[in-house]
Amino acid sequence: MVELSNVTKTYGTKAAVKDVSFRIKKGEIVGFLGPNGAGKTTTMNILTGYLSATSGTAKIDGEDILESPIAAKKKIGFLPETPPLYLDMTVREYLNFVYELKECTLPREKHLEDICSVVGIKDVYNRVIKNLSKGYKQRVGIAQALVGNPPVLIFDEPTVGLDPKQIIDIRNLIKSLGKEHTVILSTHILPEVQAVCDHIIIINKGQIVADQRAENIADIISGSSKILAKICGPAEAVLRTLRNMPEVTFADFAPQTLSDDSVAYIIQSSPNVDIRKPLFHLLCEKNWPLVGLESAGVGLEDIFINLVDGRYQSKKEVNANESNI
Amino acid sequence: MKAIYKRELAAYFTSPIGYIFMAVYLALSGAVFVFTTLYSASSNTGMYFMLMIFLYIILIPLLTMKLLSEERKLKTEQILLTSPISLFEMVFAKFLAAFTLFSGTFVIGCLEFGVLYLYSDSVNTASMVSGALGVLFLGGAFIAIGLFVSSLTENQLVSAILSIFSIFVMLAMGLVSQSIEFAPLRILVKWLSVFDRYSDFSYGLFSLGAIFYYVSIIVAFLFLTVRIYEKRRWE
Repeated sequence: MVELSNVTKTYGTKAAVKDVSFRIKKGEIVGFLGPNGAGKTTTMNILTGYLSATSGTAKIDGEDILESPIAAKKKIGFLPETPPLYLDMTVREYLNFVYELKECTLPREKHLEDICSVVGIKDVYNRVIKNLSKGYKQRVGIAQALVGNPPVLIFDEPTVGLDPKQIIDIRNLIKSLGKEHTVILSTHILPEVQAVCDHIIIINKGQIVADQRAENIADIISGSSKILAKICGPAEAVLRTLRNMPEVTFADFAPQTLSDDSVAYIIQSSPNVDIRKPLFHLLCEKNWPLVGLESAGVGLEDIFINLVDGRYQSKKEVNANESNI
Repeated sequence: MKAIYKRELAAYFTSPIGYIFMAVYLALSGAVFVFTTLYSASSNTGMYFMLMIFLYIILIPLLTMKLLSEERKLKTEQILLTSPISLFEMVFAKFLAAFTLFSGTFVIGCLEFGVLYLYSDSVNTASMVSGALGVLFLGGAFIAIGLFVSSLTENQLVSAILSIFSIFVMLAMGLVSQSIEFAPLRILVKWLSVFDRYSDFSYGLFSLGAIFYYVSIIVAFLFLTVRIYEKRRWE
């Protein structure tokens, strides 16, 4: 449905994206993930024809964005980083403008009404856009992308700047849109792709570092298992003992404040080894009550940091985990 | 294209700029009309058109300064540039919107000429019509220049000042050309001068050559504007 081949974009001498290629199948929700400045927005702008690639091609449903721009653009609904809203217009005027701009042929009243109920802006339909809250503006931005019912939807950081409830609403909306559209969304928020996407493409410094189905991406790093244990006992001694356990590759205090007298530890074992049982027996032996045990699993955070840094840095990872909590 | 044209025209009146333009234009037009015809007991509108053209140095940039610069600043241009329309359609729609407001206001201003028929029976309608036609083409050329300038910057004020300057230079060229000694250059500058072309119209001559010249200026600047967008996309 969407195909990018060997796309490179240079600004002056600096390459914003280098030799990026990927294919997106029909009906997928694709998360385009990367830190700020990784080239996400540049890639999306190339896909939608706002920018032209220095080399390489972008095709939407077989139509080259440079060779047949009109045909390709007809198949795209795009929400840029900053929603392109004319603030002086009411939502009604704006959506009617977009309807005419895209030369839609669907029955106007019904089509716009359907869009408004899908994105939940019916109650602000007659209000001037500049008076709307950020969440509503974002929804109007999404509504704009849906006009004409294009098969491909491209959303650039759709949840930035929204409050937690709005973020959940928008994610659910994107999920429901994914049933009938091919959706590409970019984000630097890891739980977002985990929550919404079927397919994940990770980009860093202008290059793709991973392109996998969401459930497969965990396999990219060797299945190292990590647990979070809350243990009562002399903290230093406990940590030393944990570190001395066979199969434990890494142990440290977890950056958590607990209300009781227990201390939380992050324990990492060799790949595919379950250390929960030996840990329990060991703690029993020492008479240090184990009050909590949970799997820290392999989160997208781990994969992301692993891929982006190119090497496994457990210590850094723990810190990064904390900052994402 | 129709959508952009309609939105742009409506935008003149959702912001004060359309009202300001019309009010200033009509007030100045009234004053110029009174002084050039009624006060000087003349029914010749040549002087009216001539002076109005000089006022366009200020008036036309009012219309064109925000056309593209504001879209760029507010990033609304992204919806236009990623929609299934060509760049030329986008630029031409904006041109037409500004030209519509300009010519509409111009025609309203010309209604004043009715007064002349009350006081004089030697009104030269033909020269009036040809003069008016010439002014419309000239205004179109200025609008195309202003539109081009507004594609160069995202700052409306810079856009306005640059347009005022460019239009001034275009007008001044005719005056400067007379004092150029080097003949080929003098002829070239004179040929390029917007104002010299206009004089035919003011004598009541309907000059196809001049119309061709103005249309060429309009097309050239619209084309340059499109090129600016294309270039920016590749940068």
